[in-house]
Amino acid sequence: MNFIDLLKRIPEICKTPETLPLEGKKLILDFVTWLGSLVGIAVPPWVLTLVNILVVIVAIIAVFLIMFALMSVWERKILARAQNRYGPNRVGPWGLFQPVADGIKMLTKEDIVPRNADKVVHFIAPIVMLVPALILPVLLPYGRGMVAIDLSVGILFFFAVGAGSEVAIFLAGWSSRNKYSILGAMRAIAQMISYELPLVMSAVIVALVAGTLSPTGIVEAQGGYQFGFFPNWFVFTPWGFVACVLFYFSALAESNRSPFDLPEGESELVAGHLTEYSGFKYALFFMAEYVGMFAINGLLVTLFLGGYQAPLPFLTFIPSWCWFFIKLAFLAFSLVWVRATMPRFRIDQMMQFAWKFMLPMSFAALFSAAAWHYAGRGLLGWGISAVLVAIPYFALGYFCFTRHHSADNRRYLFSE
Amino acid sequence: MTEADGAGAQTLDVSLGPQHPSTHGVFRMNVRMDGETVVKLQPVFGYLHRNHEKLAEGKSWLGSMPFTDRLDYICPITNNWGYALAVEKLAGIEVPDRAEYIRVIVGEMTRIQNHTAFLGFILGDMGAWGSALMYAFREREKILDLFEGLTGARMMANYMRFGGVRCDLPAGWLEKARAYIETYPAFLDEMEKFLTGNEILLSRLQGVGVMSAERAINGGLSGPVLRASGVDYDIRKVDGYGVYPRLKFRVPRGTVGDCFDRFMLRILEIRESIQILQQAFAQIPQGPILNPAVKTRGFKPPVGEAYGRIEGPKGELGFHLVSDGGEKPYRYHIRPPSLINLTLLEEMCVGTKIADVMVILGSIDIVLGEVDR
Amino acid sequence: MSYDYLLLTIFLAIALIFPLVPLGLAWLWARTLSPAKPGHDKQATYECGLESEKPVQIQFQAHYYLYALVFLVFDVETVFLLPFAAMGFVNIPVVGFLSIMLFLLLLVESLVWAWAKGILEWK
Repeated sequence: MNFIDLLKRIPEICKTPETLPLEGKKLILDFVTWLGSLVGIAVPPWVLTLVNILVVIVAIIAVFLIMFALMSVWERKILARAQNRYGPNRVGPWGLFQPVADGIKMLTKEDIVPRNADKVVHFIAPIVMLVPALILPVLLPYGRGMVAIDLSVGILFFFAVGAGSEVAIFLAGWSSRNKYSILGAMRAIAQMISYELPLVMSAVIVALVAGTLSPTGIVEAQGGYQFGFFPNWFVFTPWGFVACVLFYFSALAESNRSPFDLPEGESELVAGHLTEYSGFKYALFFMAEYVGMFAINGLLVTLFLGGYQAPLPFLTFIPSWCWFFIKLAFLAFSLVWVRATMPRFRIDQMMQFAWKFMLPMSFAALFSAAAWHYAGRGLLGWGISAVLVAIPYFALGYFCFTRHHSADNRRYLFSE
Repeated sequence: MTEADGAGAQTLDVSLGPQHPSTHGVFRMNVRMDGETVVKLQPVFGYLHRNHEKLAEGKSWLGSMPFTDRLDYICPITNNWGYALAVEKLAGIEVPDRAEYIRVIVGEMTRIQNHTAFLGFILGDMGAWGSALMYAFREREKILDLFEGLTGARMMANYMRFGGVRCDLPAGWLEKARAYIETYPAFLDEMEKFLTGNEILLSRLQGVGVMSAERAINGGLSGPVLRASGVDYDIRKVDGYGVYPRLKFRVPRGTVGDCFDRFMLRILEIRESIQILQQAFAQIPQGPILNPAVKTRGFKPPVGEAYGRIEGPKGELGFHLVSDGGEKPYRYHIRPPSLINLTLLEEMCVGTKIADVMVILGSIDIVLGEVDR
Repeated sequence: MSYDYLLLTIFLAIALIFPLVPLGLAWLWARTLSPAKPGHDKQATYECGLESEKPVQIQFQAHYYLYALVFLVFDVETVFLLPFAAMGFVNIPVVGFLSIMLFLLLLVESLVWAWAKGILEWK
């Protein structure tokens, strides 16, 4: 093997975009082997394993950081367009280098720690926040055969690690010894534990139907097409649609996005748990929030939107890993859209929504999924399952949420 | 001190303001909270005190006119009007018809832009990231452009004079204003559809900060906040100052008195203002814009006192003036609607959540320049 | 399998180091080029421009704790569902399925009970 052969493989790899990342990884491994042969030693297998692992890790971190950087400028752009503004457009073409400028600014900013703060915990909190957020993407299947580790308990692991961010937010709020921070931290805990339940429940439903906790297995279970064109994604079943919506709302709440941004609640709590953070520690929180948001929406894509599967059979020429990121980008856009549209919930309304609507609905979705399965997963099952989620939906709406809010029930008098 | 209740939980004393994102200026509320619930609230103001009333006693009568712009800086022209009206009452000055119509036109346009900005501000208080605010400000800017064409300044207009207005309408201004007002209802319809159709907005506003009509009267509230509680009291109708008796308009009032009624009242008032403007555009006569009998220099009203008031966008704006026959006011006092409307803030807020406090404060629609003077 | 956990371990180590690198860079920058200039007001706890005096880390309302308890009950029960989930509907025998349904009904019942007791009302 020589270097020229390796170079010659590059155009070959590019011809099949479907397997491009995998072949690219193989190429790097072969390059290491070639380097070894250059100095005249056979590279031991453990080194190759290690290189393999490092390539995977670096790739995941790099992809998610690039996405974070792009998202931070796209979000501001989309938000600006939604608000009749231009958004960042000074730094580079279309403001694309804005994240770089932000990064430099964050790096050079003075890191102010309040005198009363618990300095050690104050320092640890952003790191505790970022570590789980960075690890989460490792479990997602990005394309056919493209999963860093195919854990058989993937879903469980995802939620177990993901819960770490709650601890981090509380650490941040408690250690700042700031009144807004502590209120924000209390809100964050209340909110995140409440929405953890529908989140886990809706994932469990999918696992029950797919018969596996492995994300790859779940995506494979959604492969193929009904009637030759209709994708078998879980979101297109009644229970799956309900679970998907529940998961989406819970994901919004878990990543503290508007309208569930109560912990940061700018108009009430200044900046909530982030009030006393400046400089790069603040940037770490920001980064963790975005990477975590991508990870949890990546899980949504995996669980309900068919992961890397193409939506229509004739679209399979687009590589599977592209489909994953297209769906993720669509979800990310929808998050910004929601943020630009919705005012914030109040805490009691938010808790009521979680416990009195989301949780019962997730149980209903579970029963509905069972009915769907035992009725043969066909049109009959579809119908029964739809009825089973519709009944609790309307019942909860009419009997439990008695305070109907409407602009029509108000009367205004006029005097001449 | 933190106090423990029966269950052993402690309350938290938090100061919201003066440096806080949603206190509409440098306002401060000392809030005692039990968890998220407000158990005590004490408004603190005076951070923007400029000694306006005392300073006015050292200036000529007309010299205070530009300073009234700075009271409620969102709507300076109605402040001018209130002061001019009080001095005219004190000195018994007649105002020419054309000037009265110009006053009504600019005054109602001021009301429209104030209420438009309010729609944006209250959404900001609810945490909507300024989406509604930017659209509200787009419309407000167009009215400010018209003001700039008329007075030379977008906000600090200094437009009224005793016995009239400072300058006549420029050529073509009336057409521009009429054309703009014609496009306004479309914007308002769209805004109303988006806002009142939003479930989160409804649940955040309805049933929050309810104020009974009796308490509202006893607290001396005025303006949309009073009318939202169901009290039919509009100084444009009660006093009939200016040419308002010649114009047909209705005074809306609410039935519940919560934040949503205050919010809706603003929308309804804008619609009425548009009616008034359309009539005023049609009726405005030719003629002088300033009473020639009024001296600009060395203006000395006779000895006496007068209280002149107008229905400002935020409520009853009154000026109490005492003259000793000299070139300067002997006593000059303002009844700012924002300050008086704030007095019942604690009553509305206690027992609600901390997030509601911001919405209630937003629904009162205060401007600190006027509260602190 | 061991490869998976090796990867996770290495990833964990890298993820721990990852935030420390920019923090270290920022620290170096601050040390060499823009030394911190601490001050009484600058290092004060933010409270809208006033001195923050009273204790902050107080006993909070007990209601948060009730929510935490209810959460704990449901979360643990959700974890019990995971072994079933790993099997999937396809592999669960009828008895197993009935036992899940019974278990779920108990869950629903506990939710109804908590609801009726008014624990889910935020005060």
